[in-house]
Amino acid sequence: MSEPNDVRDDVIVSRRGILVGGAASAAVSAIPASAGAAAPQPGPATMTVSFSVNGRKQDLVLDTRTTLLDALREHLHLTGTKKGCDHGQCGACTVIVDGKRINSCLSLAVQHQGDAITTIEGLGMPDDLHPMQQAFIRHDGFQCGYCTPGQICSAVAVLDEIKAGVPSHVSENLTGPMRPTNMELRERMSGNICRCGAYSNIAEAMADVAGVDAAGERA
Amino acid sequence: MKAFTYERAKTPAEAAAIVARMPGAKFLAGGTNLLDLMKLQIEAPSHLVDVQDLGLDRIEKAPDGGLRIGALVTNTTLAADERVRRDYGVLTRAIVAGASGQLRNKATTAGNLLQRTRCPYFYDTNQACNKRRPGSGCAAIGGYSRQLGVIGVSKSCIATYPGDMAVALRVLDARVETVNAQGATRTIPIAEFHRLWGDTPHIETALAPGELITAVSLPAPIGGRHLYQKVRDRASYAFALVSVAAVIQPDGSGRVAFGGVAPRPWRVEAAEALLPQGARAVVTRAFAGATTSSENAFKVPLAERTLASVIAQAKG
Repeated sequence: MSEPNDVRDDVIVSRRGILVGGAASAAVSAIPASAGAAAPQPGPATMTVSFSVNGRKQDLVLDTRTTLLDALREHLHLTGTKKGCDHGQCGACTVIVDGKRINSCLSLAVQHQGDAITTIEGLGMPDDLHPMQQAFIRHDGFQCGYCTPGQICSAVAVLDEIKAGVPSHVSENLTGPMRPTNMELRERMSGNICRCGAYSNIAEAMADVAGVDAAGERA
Repeated sequence: MKAFTYERAKTPAEAAAIVARMPGAKFLAGGTNLLDLMKLQIEAPSHLVDVQDLGLDRIEKAPDGGLRIGALVTNTTLAADERVRRDYGVLTRAIVAGASGQLRNKATTAGNLLQRTRCPYFYDTNQACNKRRPGSGCAAIGGYSRQLGVIGVSKSCIATYPGDMAVALRVLDARVETVNAQGATRTIPIAEFHRLWGDTPHIETALAPGELITAVSLPAPIGGRHLYQKVRDRASYAFALVSVAAVIQPDGSGRVAFGGVAPRPWRVEAAEALLPQGARAVVTRAFAGATTSSENAFKVPLAERTLASVIAQAKG
């Protein structure tokens, strides 16, 4: 029976890696506690999955339990995408899959066969920043920076959602075109938590990229 | 997370047959709720049947003038559909009142209907919970109950159905279409889909084991003003304390359902018939027999005030 870490031939075995493997083997031998778990629990299963990340095709052999977030961080070493709560509540793990932002912590890697995934590294690198990354710097849209990759991936996708006419909770008119007002930007970013409280500057950075003032009018 | 095997089904009937045949197997759609619960080992499936390749991701016009929404249509796609925004505004309003943009991009129509309660005692595996472990008791009764149910609950469980979308589907008289392991299809009215669970709170819906939702259909549009008002502890990205879905006609009649108060979207047709008399008449009837705690008794007057606000908006 192979351990999840055995398939990571490209990974230097770290102390943390060994701890993760130990936890996984302990979990396998534990007695199922849930009412829904009447069936005997199988041992770890591995599968192959192929998807593109930032335009580059990736073929991985993964434990089926591996989330897209862990595949990106632990197997492809794209550590720009962050693990915050690991339960879809904080948005630090936000990536863009086939043009749509999702929480990569609440998605299994094997669900993404054939998908095109964009992470913060794919939006822009220090020598070639995405306009949203530049705007976050210009407007001081972060302090500690931990939530920032998720904020930026989310912000880029939010402007696309507004252009595509996706309504939000604060849209007064459901059938008209959607506008990037300050209220709209704040509501649409509510799935990205920033404990440093850079929210107002993040909304200003987004308005800058959208080319509007706080009322959503063309600047 | 417990180990599991994974496969992708090719047809709805095949998916249903696998889940019906294999103990411990579950369907996987968007996964936003299931994976969350698997990480906490509240759910521990031994096999996942991914249904994303079944072609259930389209919204089609139905022969009766309504819409047929594929089970795998995402919450965002459904809320943004031009026909839904125009003719079923209460549904768009309810969907965008829930979760976050990231979650709505992944969560599906069927998965949203099947989401589990957010009762804190259901989530805390050290606590007694008849829903998580039948027969273990209910730590919520006599516990921290501010978020929990006040009507339709039982001595075994006072959890609520947490969603917003289904509250709108209830006032729209939606129907849930399913297929089973034998390939047989049936249609379940949304009113009968979520159970009043009594002493079996672990059985939450009318679905049989292995039965797969294939679509949710909406009858032809009924006109009227479509409103969804949600009251919660913060302005966005929180579950409802109380919500109201309503379709109000120009003569003041209409339909109304409440969310955040019961094991299912709470619509009492005899109560909504009193809409022309105002919010108090409707809520007094709809919440007759409510069993509140000192922590959640506020939900009944809050429901009245929220409905009063909705009625005022409909007139405006």
